[in-house]
Amino acid sequence: MKFGVVTFPGSNCDYDSYAAVRFILGEEVEFLWHKSEDLLGCDAVILPGGFAHGDYLRAGAIARFSPIMDKVVKYAHTGGVVIGICNGFQVLTESGLLPGALIRNDHLRFSCKFVHLRVENNESKFTSVCKKGEVLKIPIAHGEGNYYHFDEDISTLEDSGRVVFRYATPEGEVTDEANPNGSINNIAGITNEGGNVLGMMPHPERAVEDILGSSDGLRVFESLRACFGSSKKVVAS
Amino acid sequence: MMAENKRAVVFVRLKDGVLDPQGVTIGKALQQMGYDDFVSVRTGKFFELEINDSNGDIDKKIDEVCSKLLANPVIERYTVERD
Repeated sequence: MKFGVVTFPGSNCDYDSYAAVRFILGEEVEFLWHKSEDLLGCDAVILPGGFAHGDYLRAGAIARFSPIMDKVVKYAHTGGVVIGICNGFQVLTESGLLPGALIRNDHLRFSCKFVHLRVENNESKFTSVCKKGEVLKIPIAHGEGNYYHFDEDISTLEDSGRVVFRYATPEGEVTDEANPNGSINNIAGITNEGGNVLGMMPHPERAVEDILGSSDGLRVFESLRACFGSSKKVVAS
Repeated sequence: MMAENKRAVVFVRLKDGVLDPQGVTIGKALQQMGYDDFVSVRTGKFFELEINDSNGDIDKKIDEVCSKLLANPVIERYTVERD
């Protein structure tokens, strides 16, 4: 399968995402400049972490008007796979592809550390190789990752299995102490109604090799590959 | 002679019930400073727009830019003051 990684001015995890897909997962990947209007036939589009357009006004608020976002939104509406990681999640909520908003962390500090995520739904395209309840160790790095949504809308998300990841203890217990930013119901990642758009604050692309402290993030990319199949050619020796 | 540009000021506030960690922290600082009269603080933003209104439909446009860009309607509300 072929991934595309969007680079906005201010993206800083675009190369990490590219490297995770190309060198660790071993699939095709292309950079997509934010002013481009061509997704280059990518099967899955990654909106990476960083500070797109300086995060001026609100995180993701300006990025949603980058020319490529028109194409990304149209692609998502026709069932195309889109993953927003950290700043990319903020772009997805600002662009209306995912509900809710990501507001300032409740403790007001930028948080950069490993957290544990419990896989709440393993029937999503993004978690198909995980077990339900499995705990993934993946880092966060954000100041505005506090997922907020009004009560009645949260129940809709919860009831339809759209909460994919929740902050938990290493043992998989969802507690206040395990919540790094004040997110409602410890929500760390959600999908859209169609299940083809994922937004998550933690960085799976930063946890793809043991030398990085964890390779659990690879599970997200492997899940997608399991859905699409590999495009890797078998080379005769 | 060119008509003088008009001005609008947009105030963006968090909706009631949306947590404002900055406001809470500022409120605590006021308490620590001994200003017990101020029981809560909510923060917000304002934008000054200078306008050269060529088509006369500026109210509609102000409303558009507020809801599309200046405010996030999921968590914020806005008010506009015109000169």
